Amino acid sequence: FPPGKASMRECEYSQISTRSSTPMETPYKKRTPKRKKWEAFPGRNKFYCDGRIMMAKQTGVFYLTLVLILVTCGLFFTFDCPFLAQELTPIIPVLGGALFLFVLGTLLRTSFSDPGVLPRATPDEAADLERQIDVANGTTGYRPPPRTKEVVINGQTVKLKYCFTCKIFRPPRASHCSLCDNCVERFDHHCPWVGNCVGRRNYRFFYMFILSLSFLTIFIFAFVITHIILKYFKPAGCKWAVVVCFFSVWSIVGLSGFHTYLISSNQTTNEDIKGSWSSKRGKDNYNPYSSGNIFTNCCMALCGPLPPSLIDRRGFIEADAPQMAPPTNGITMYGATHSQQSHMAAATPLLQQQSSEPVIITSSPENGTSLPARASLTLGGPCTSLPLGQPTPPTSTPSLTLHHYLTPEEVPSPPGMLHCGSPLGHSHTVQASFYNPASQDSLHEDSVRGLVKLSSV
Amino acid sequence: MAETHSLQDLQQPAVSSKVFIQRDYSSGTICKFQTKFPSELESRMDKQQFEETMQTLNNLYAEAEKLGGKSYLEGCLACLTAYTVFLCMETHYEKVLKKIARYIKDQNEKIYAPRGLLLTDPIERGLRVVEITIFEDRSIGSGR
Repeated sequence: FPPGKASMRECEYSQISTRSSTPMETPYKKRTPKRKKWEAFPGRNKFYCDGRIMMAKQTGVFYLTLVLILVTCGLFFTFDCPFLAQELTPIIPVLGGALFLFVLGTLLRTSFSDPGVLPRATPDEAADLERQIDVANGTTGYRPPPRTKEVVINGQTVKLKYCFTCKIFRPPRASHCSLCDNCVERFDHHCPWVGNCVGRRNYRFFYMFILSLSFLTIFIFAFVITHIILKYFKPAGCKWAVVVCFFSVWSIVGLSGFHTYLISSNQTTNEDIKGSWSSKRGKDNYNPYSSGNIFTNCCMALCGPLPPSLIDRRGFIEADAPQMAPPTNGITMYGATHSQQSHMAAATPLLQQQSSEPVIITSSPENGTSLPARASLTLGGPCTSLPLGQPTPPTSTPSLTLHHYLTPEEVPSPPGMLHCGSPLGHSHTVQASFYNPASQDSLHEDSVRGLVKLSSV
Repeated sequence: MAETHSLQDLQQPAVSSKVFIQRDYSSGTICKFQTKFPSELESRMDKQQFEETMQTLNNLYAEAEKLGGKSYLEGCLACLTAYTVFLCMETHYEKVLKKIARYIKDQNEKIYAPRGLLLTDPIERGLRVVEITIFEDRSIGSGR
C-alpha cells in the first residue's frame, strides 16, 4: 500500500488489518463494473437495448405476427395501391399507410414495454411477512395452509393471495404469469402474439393495437376485393392478402369486440374467464372496480394516467447498505448481485432475491416510459440484436443470439462467494421444505395456460 | 478506546430493525398505504407526526392517479401521437413521483433522521411498502 493510505487507515481503524487485498473483502474497492438491474432480473424475461426493451422468453410467435402484418401490408401497397390510387383516389394509400404505422407502433409498444411487473420482495420484506404470517397462524409447520388475506373493497370481499415465488401478497387484480415468472398488476393475459404479458401498463396499447389492426384488416380486405372486382380478369398479386385478411377479420374484429366489452365493464380477461364478478356466483356479487358508467370505465382504461415501471430496469445494482442485526428467525442470504434465475429456485431458493436495496436512490435515467423512438427500431437502429423477420421456433431453447440476459450458467460466482460487507453472519432459513412455487401457483398456472390457449385462437 | 470496530459501524449506526407499512386496498387498487401507527415506532416518534406523513403521502399518490381533465387530455394526446409524445414529455405520474421523492427527503431530514429513523421511498420497493429503517439508538440514557 502507498504509505499515505496506510497511515490514514491507521488513524481511524487501528484494529483492522490493512493487508486485506482481495476485492471481496474491501467493499470500497469496486473492481467489478456496476451492473444494471435488468441483468439481475429474476423473472423469465428478455431484455434488449440496455434494458429499454422487455419481452417474454418465447418470442417466436411475435415475429410471426410482425411478418404477417409486414408482408400483407407490403403486398397491398405494392400491388393494389398504385391501381387504387389511380382509379379511385390517392387518399387510400395515405390512409392505409397511416393505419399501418399506427398498428406497428402500438404493437411494438405493447410488446416492448413493461406490462406492470411487480418487483419481488426484498429479503427484509419477505422475512417480515413470514413473521407476521407465523404469528397469525400460530404454527411454523412444514405445510402451512394457503396464505390469503381478505380485504373489503367497495363493499365486496376480495381475497388477496400470497405469491410464493415473489414473496408478496398480490394486490387485487394482480396475477402471477407462469410463462414470464412475474407477478403482473391488473393481469389480463399473456399474449404470445405480442410476445409479452398484457397488464396494467400496456393494456391500452394492446387494445389500440387490436382495434387499429381490425380497421387495417377490414380496410385492406375491402380494397383488395374492390381491386379484384374492378380488374376481374387480371390476376392481382394480392390473393394472399385476401386470404389473410379474410381469416384475420373475424378473429381480430371478434377480439376487439370482446376487449371493448371488457373495458366498458372494467374487467380483465382473467376475471371474465373465471367469472369472478358474474352474478352466477351469488346475488350480491358485483365488480367493485367498475364505476358503473361505461363512459367512465373507458376513460379510466384508455385515458387514465400511465403508471410508471416499478422495476427500474436501467438503474445500477447498488452494493449492500447497512445490514440488519441478526433477527431471531434467521434471514435470507444478502448481497446477491449475481441473482439466479427462477428455474434455479429449486436448488437455491433464496438467492433469487435481488440484492437488498439500500436507501440510496439510484440515479438512473430511466423513467416510466421505456420505449425508444419507433423509427429507430427498424433494422439498422441501435438494437442490432433484434433479427426481425427471423422467427425463432417457439419450442426451442432461447436462441443465444437474441438475449443479452445472463443465464445462470453464465453467472460467474457460485453461491458461496458473495461479498457481504457485513461482518455479521447470515443463516439460511430452511424454507426448501415447503417452497415449491410450481405447485403453489398451480391454480394460477392453469388459468394462465387457459388464457394463452384462448388468445392464440 | 481499544475497541474493534467494523468499518461499517464507524460509518453509520447499525440497523436494529425495519418496519414495513403495507398497502391499504380497501378503496380498490389505487396506491394507498395504511396509516396505522406501528408499535415499533412508539418509543421513537409521535403518532400524530407519523399519521400526517402517511396521509400526505397518500394524498400525493391520489393526485398522481387522479382521473381528471388534465390526465384525459394527456391520454388523448398520447393516443393521437401513437404514444410517441412520451419520448419528450414526462407523464403526470412521473412528475408527482418526483414531488413525492422531494417530500420524503424533506421529511427524512427534518423529522425522521433526528430520531434515528429513515423512510424509504415506496417506489424503490415497487410501491408495495413504506419501509422505515430503525437505527440503533446510540444516545446515552434511555432510548428516546
